[in-house]
Amino acid sequence: MIILVIQVSWYRMAFYILRRLLNAVLVIWAAFTISFLLLYLLPSDPVSLMLSSDTGGGGSAVATSEQYAMLASRYGLDRPPLEQYGYLLAKAAAGDLGMSMQSGKTVITQIGEALPETLKLAALSLAIALVIGSTLALVASYRQDGYLRAILLALPPISMAVPTFWIGLVLLQIFAFELRLVPSLGNRGFSSLIMPALTLAIPAAATIAQTLSKGLDDAASQPFVRMLRAKGVPRRTIYLRHILHNASIPALTVVGLLVGNIFAGAVVTETVFSRVGIGRLLQNAVDVQDIPLVQGLVVLTAAAYAIVNLLVDLIYPLIDPRIRRGVGAGGDAA
Amino acid sequence: MTNITEPHVAPADHITGRPRPDAGSTPFVRRFPILQNLRLGLAIAIVILVVSWAFFPSFFTSTDPFAGDVLTRLKPPSASHWFGTDNLGRDLYARVIYGTSLSLKATVIALALAFVASSIIGVAAGYLGGIVDEIIMRVMDVLLAIPNLLISLMLISAIGFGTINIAIAVGIASIASFARVMRAEVLRVSTSHYVEAARSYGAGWFGICLRHVFPHARGPVSALVAIEFGSAILSISALSFLGYGAVPPTPEWGNLVAEGRNYLATAWWLTSIPGLVIILTVLAVNAIGRQLNRSPEASR
Repeated sequence: MIILVIQVSWYRMAFYILRRLLNAVLVIWAAFTISFLLLYLLPSDPVSLMLSSDTGGGGSAVATSEQYAMLASRYGLDRPPLEQYGYLLAKAAAGDLGMSMQSGKTVITQIGEALPETLKLAALSLAIALVIGSTLALVASYRQDGYLRAILLALPPISMAVPTFWIGLVLLQIFAFELRLVPSLGNRGFSSLIMPALTLAIPAAATIAQTLSKGLDDAASQPFVRMLRAKGVPRRTIYLRHILHNASIPALTVVGLLVGNIFAGAVVTETVFSRVGIGRLLQNAVDVQDIPLVQGLVVLTAAAYAIVNLLVDLIYPLIDPRIRRGVGAGGDAA
Repeated sequence: MTNITEPHVAPADHITGRPRPDAGSTPFVRRFPILQNLRLGLAIAIVILVVSWAFFPSFFTSTDPFAGDVLTRLKPPSASHWFGTDNLGRDLYARVIYGTSLSLKATVIALALAFVASSIIGVAAGYLGGIVDEIIMRVMDVLLAIPNLLISLMLISAIGFGTINIAIAVGIASIASFARVMRAEVLRVSTSHYVEAARSYGAGWFGICLRHVFPHARGPVSALVAIEFGSAILSISALSFLGYGAVPPTPEWGNLVAEGRNYLATAWWLTSIPGLVIILTVLAVNAIGRQLNRSPEASR
């Protein structure tokens, strides 16, 4: 496959990759800028928050103005906004997202500690979502008419109406407390990963199922399918080799978009299951209004989103020869 | 020149990370036409009930949602306590009913804010065009790239906790998707003959926007508001569940579930029933939103 792409014209491909790469960097930069605007310029006062949280919420200790000035200068909060922004951006570009106000560790260290757990969770839930979602769509679409199809296609919209935290709590209740099959809380190996992953996977699976089943139906109504049937190709072959291939492109786009949602969903899921991870870290950071940590986590999520979508963009030409050929022409026009 | 998230814009427009609830529920109902009316009737009934809970809570229950009774702690649902009682012996049915008004108020504030702000942004971008349009839409693209929940959480950590604050956060987080639709409609309407006519007799741009462009462009955005009502309820209950909304003992749908979380092993009703109320409300609102989107009046 890859050799085929290179054959098309390597410089067009290089240009396409470069453009996508630039795009990813832009998204991350823009997320940084927007989070700066929201977190640092809104009428909140991070320094006094920090001082009040240092005393453990006792409230008795009143900070002196020297303390205030010292903290403000340590975090660069005493400078004019534009200068603050430039300072923070330069630091972030060098890989330093600042110090967490609450724990005193660097934001990068804290993220590094929590990230592996969330990555495991996200990977497993994406895998489950892909299996459930595409099975549902394939079965529903293969059975062109029937009760099964009707029922299967009614499932995704219903599951969209269910709050994620509720799915998690009900799963906990049934499998941890009633049946006692899995541990209820915490990070205790694979068995404690299953339920949080399933919780995150259900809404994602619904999204995949909806997009894929629409894609399958669209592809199935195209003229080439009639042509293949006229040639006597068995229906199952048409489905698995031709229709699925065509329908996989919109589904792939959706998978790229879902990654951001899975990271966001981790906030709720990790809280429900009391797991260590990025989401829990963010929930705590918002709780104590730890501004640098919140910003670091938002930039991280945007980076994850940008990287996955970059990968998706790079996979497109492998799947779709039309994009492969149009890479150069389409790129110049935009 | 380079579009940020350019290849994702089209799908994000339709899907906004989560597909619109109108995407695929019809086949089941299409097979049984009678279900169509039955479902819509049921949906309207549920919405009327929930709205009445919000406005006249005392009409539905005479129990005080804050008054506990140690003798009736953690009792399962029964004839005297329809939804059971919590760890302090408070009646869950009363608490759900009294929590409705805050949850619905937050939803309405969020959507109103999103509608007004996105209308202004969308009209400005679509009607003024040029560099203004370019800048506004690039910013909206980036907002679409950050999941709504994260935008809400950022805002909450900046402006603080409380029901009104989570409503504002959810509202601002959904501006981007609304503004895109508004801008597209404004672009369509701006090229029409009546706008040109108004321009030719010398009407000011503000007057044209207010009198001609906005009234004709707002239809699809209003329809989107109906569709987004359900997901706004979900976002607000999630933030309330995380503890950023009303402070207990004030009931709210989301924090009722959160309170019940500690009694998961012993009292299933404390989490399940408020959750079911949220689900039924969202399903009902989605069904009505879909119907509004389908009927021809909505697109005008």
